Amino acid sequence: MIRIEHLVKSFGPLEVLKDISTEVDSGEVVAIIGPSGSGKSTLLRCINLLEVPTAGHIFVGDVDITSPKCDILKVRQNVGMVFQHFNLFPHKTVMGNLTYAPMKVRGLSKADASKIAMDLLNKVGLAEKADQYPSRLSGGQKQRVAIARALAMEPDVMLFDEPTSALDPEMVKEVLDVMKALVRTGITMAIVTHEMGFAREVANRVLFLDGGYLVEDAPPDVFFSAPKSDRAQQFLEKVL
Amino acid sequence: MNLDFGQIIPSLPFILNGILVTLRFTVLSALFGFALGTLLSLLKISNIKPLRWFAEFYTSIFRGTPLILQLALVYFATPQLIGYKITPIEAGVFTFSLNSAAYSSETIRAGIMAVDKGQREASMSLGVPYRPMMLDIILPQAFKNILPALVNETIALLKDSALVSTIGVLDLMRRAQVVAGQTFLYFEPLLVVGVIYYVMVMGLTQAANVLERRMRRSD
Ligand SMILES: Nc1ncnc2c1ncn2[C@@H]1O[C@H](COP(=O)(O)OP(=O)(O)O)[C@@H](O)[C@H]1O
Ligand SMILES: [Mg+2]
Repeated sequence: MIRIEHLVKSFGPLEVLKDISTEVDSGEVVAIIGPSGSGKSTLLRCINLLEVPTAGHIFVGDVDITSPKCDILKVRQNVGMVFQHFNLFPHKTVMGNLTYAPMKVRGLSKADASKIAMDLLNKVGLAEKADQYPSRLSGGQKQRVAIARALAMEPDVMLFDEPTSALDPEMVKEVLDVMKALVRTGITMAIVTHEMGFAREVANRVLFLDGGYLVEDAPPDVFFSAPKSDRAQQFLEKVL
Repeated sequence: MNLDFGQIIPSLPFILNGILVTLRFTVLSALFGFALGTLLSLLKISNIKPLRWFAEFYTSIFRGTPLILQLALVYFATPQLIGYKITPIEAGVFTFSLNSAAYSSETIRAGIMAVDKGQREASMSLGVPYRPMMLDIILPQAFKNILPALVNETIALLKDSALVSTIGVLDLMRRAQVVAGQTFLYFEPLLVVGVIYYVMVMGLTQAANVLERRMRRSD
């Protein structure tokens, strides 16, 4: 579903991603972990071209999104993203947040978009908040709305950038539960997270980044019980 | 000091009709100026350098010269340059719109920059193209942030509109001068239009306060 070949990303002289290659199969869930500043967000943001790769190739489905001929907007419609700080549209209701892009971008009628939206709000347990503005919601509720908003485009791939890091501890679980339910639907997911228990439970594979290098790429039981590299061992000692 | 308002009472309807002239002039200039200012602000944040240069140059011209000079140039030079006999009110609205656009483009640009960049990223990640992203997501939030500044800009326009009296528009200011010329009373008509300007500015300020409070309630 996603194939990354020799990806390099620099910001000016600073090389943030160094020759990263990996693959994510359709329906696979990968957890991306690593210390702060190691390039996790940048890697994720390259997959929907919020950051433009400096070198290398990224394929989403059959499309080389790094090719100049690629239609970026089309790629983004197919790759949903959930942000640490939710980024809901504050001037639109929950319903407005969910129906805006499907109507504007996919050209759905209001009725069709609302139907999809209501369906998703039911799934994330927030149907009764449809007419509220985001400022009225708790952090956990905001993030669940943000997940539903991304899903409303019916993407094949979902990217999560530390979706629970900005939440009060008591709200983490409700968001992780929604994500677990999503895993069961078989959608392809890449999740940057510091929730090691969650990564271990849901991920098919763990990518460990350090200093811009993809240091380990292993199934969670292997990675968490017997990390190969010193750096991963040190990291796990600190966080577990 | 003896004031004689009695003598100007017959001229009051004439003066009061100037309110409409001044208001219409201000509203038109504010609307055109706002639309053009929005366009300029988008040029200023564009990735295309010549567009940015043009917008910056444009702004510096209108900020760097006196408004009354711009007004005179447009009014007196247009017939000479393109052979079109421009009316005073056209020259006024045209100049004030261009001038106001220069100032408000700065305000609007700042308002756009102040919108959280996550809003842009969220729109982009949903595949929303640039135009609807700006029109539906970024600009509404930017305008909300800068509403007080835009009201101040409109108030400045309203007061500066008195300058069009110099090219013969029969606005409030000009009507006061006409009445003064007819009655040889200067203080009274000027005082009357002074009060009218003041009341209009206060009204605008109040309306803006109400609007702002209502918007604040929605978030
Ligand atoms: N837009 C940017 N401009 C310059 N440097 C950036 C930018 N975005 C990220 N970086 C740098 O790239 C490195 C990796 O950042 P990031 O991908 O956000 O790390 P992580 O998500 O793992 O904490 C950091 O050193 C960060 O300062
Ligand atoms: Mg990050």
